[in-house]
Amino acid sequence: MSKPHAKDPVIVRWTLTVLALAALGLFIVLPLAAVFVQAFGKGWQAYRDTILQPETVSAIELSLLALAISVPMNTLFGLAAAWAITKFQFIGKNVLTTLIDIPFGVSPVISGLVFVLVFGAQGWFGPWLTEHDLPVIFAVPGIILATTFVTFPFVARELIALMESQGTDEEEAAMVLGANSWQMFFRVTLPNIKWGLLYGVVLCTARALGEFGAVSVVSGHIRGQTNTLPLHVEILYNEYNYAGAFAVASLLSVLAVITLALKKFLEWKSSEERG
Amino acid sequence: MSIEVQHVRKIFGTHEALKDVSLRIETGELMALLGPSGSGKTTLLRIIAGLDLADSGTVHLHDEDATQSTARDRQVGFVFQHYALFRHMTVFENIAFGLRVRPKSTRPTERDIHVRVLDLLKLIQLEWLAYRYPSQLSGGQRQRVALARALAVEPKVLLLDEPFGALDAKVRRELRQWLRRLHDDLHIASVFVTHDQEEALEVADRVAILSDGNIEQVGTPDEVYRHPANAFVKEFLRDVNPRRLMAE
Repeated sequence: MSKPHAKDPVIVRWTLTVLALAALGLFIVLPLAAVFVQAFGKGWQAYRDTILQPETVSAIELSLLALAISVPMNTLFGLAAAWAITKFQFIGKNVLTTLIDIPFGVSPVISGLVFVLVFGAQGWFGPWLTEHDLPVIFAVPGIILATTFVTFPFVARELIALMESQGTDEEEAAMVLGANSWQMFFRVTLPNIKWGLLYGVVLCTARALGEFGAVSVVSGHIRGQTNTLPLHVEILYNEYNYAGAFAVASLLSVLAVITLALKKFLEWKSSEERG
Repeated sequence: MSIEVQHVRKIFGTHEALKDVSLRIETGELMALLGPSGSGKTTLLRIIAGLDLADSGTVHLHDEDATQSTARDRQVGFVFQHYALFRHMTVFENIAFGLRVRPKSTRPTERDIHVRVLDLLKLIQLEWLAYRYPSQLSGGQRQRVALARALAVEPKVLLLDEPFGALDAKVRRELRQWLRRLHDDLHIASVFVTHDQEEALEVADRVAILSDGNIEQVGTPDEVYRHPANAFVKEFLRDVNPRRLMAE
C-alpha cells in the first residue's frame, strides 16, 4: 500500500510544493541574497573599506564587549535560577519563574526606557551617578545592561524545561552515595544538561548580537563610542550609504546563519539528553 | 547494623504521611514495608535514608542518633524505584561514583577502585556490560547495576524502594531469589518497600504492614498471614497465596 498523500492528484502536490518554495524564496532567501548583493554592490574593495572603517570596527568591538559580559552573566544566572527552581522547594518559586519571563513579555523599547528612567539624568539614580562620574545612559554600561536584560530568559528558560523533565532522582542518588553539593552539580547535573545549556547560550548570543530596540534607547548613538552593529547599520542606511549598511548587515547575517546551524545541531543533541 | 525509628511523624502540606511510627530492624534482617499506595511506606524509607527529614521523632543507625545527619553522612545504600542511574556515565563509572566522590584521605586508589568495581560487576554477573550506558540496558540489568552502585560504598544498611516494581514477572522472581541470597551474604540490615503482598511474604524475614501513615502489624510472614492483628491486615492479605507458607 502506498502512503495516503501519494493518492493526491499530481497537480495538487506540485502546486503545494511550488507555493511553499515560492514563499520560502520570497520571504527568506531573497532578502538574505539581497543583503549580500547590496553589500558587494560596489565591489570587494568597497566592502573591505566599510568593514575596516574605524567606526565599524568600534561598533564590532562594542557588540562583542556587550556579548562577552551579558552572555556569561546570563549563563551563570540561568544555571543558578534553573538549579534553584527545579531541584529545590522554596517560598516565592512561582514568583521567580514569572519574573524570569518579563523581558520576553515587555517590548524592548520599553525595557530601554525603564533603564533611562532609573539611571538617566532625570532618573532615580541619575544625580548620584553624575556626581560620581559614572555614566550609564548614553554610555557603554547602559548598553551592556540593556543587552543583558533583554537576553535574560534564554538560558534559564531552556534549562528549567530540561531539568524539570529530568527530575531530581540522579541528584538524590549522588547525595546518598556521599557526594557534596559541588560534586553533585559538576559530576551529575552539569553533564546531564550540557547540550541544553549550550543551546540556551547560542540563542542568548544571537539575540544579544542582534538586539536593537532596548540598546537604541540607551545608546545615544555616539559614533565610535556607543554604537553597536545593528545601530551602526541604521546610521549608515539613514545616510544613504546603502553599500556600507548592507556590508555591516552581511556580517550579522553570516553570524545568524552560523547560529542557525549550531542551533539545529544542539537541538538534536539536547533531545537525546531528554530521552 | 541495626535501624531504629522512634515516634516518627511527617506531614506534607495538610496530608499526614506518617503518624507516630516506630520500628526496629536488626542486623542481618530483611524487612519488607508493605502497604497500599499512599500508606507512607516510601516516605518512611526516605526518612531512614535522610532524603526526607521527619517533623518529629528519631532515627538511629547502629544505635547512633542519625536524626540530624544528612543523607550524605548516613552511609546507607539506596536503590531507587526507577534506578536513577547516571545517564551520562558508563556502568563502570556509575558503580565507581560513590568511591570517587570520597575526600582524598579516604578515597581508594584508582587500582583499588578498579578491583572493587570489577568484583561488584562479577557479583551482579554483568562484567561484559561495564562500558555500556544505562540507556543500553534492560530493566533487570539496570536494577542490578543500581544495586551494585549502592553496595560499592559498603553501606551499613541497604534500602530498596519498590525494587522489582518495574520488571516483568519472570525477571522479578529471579531477582527476588537473588536479592535474598545477596542479603544473607552481606550481614547488613535491609529494608525494601513493596505493594506486592506475595513478594513481601516470600522474601522478607519480617513484614511491617502500613496503612494510612500507621504501622498496622509487624511480624514474620507466618505471623501476619496466620494471625492478622486487625481487620485491615486480614483484608489486605486475604487473597494472597504465598508459596513459601503454603509448603509448610
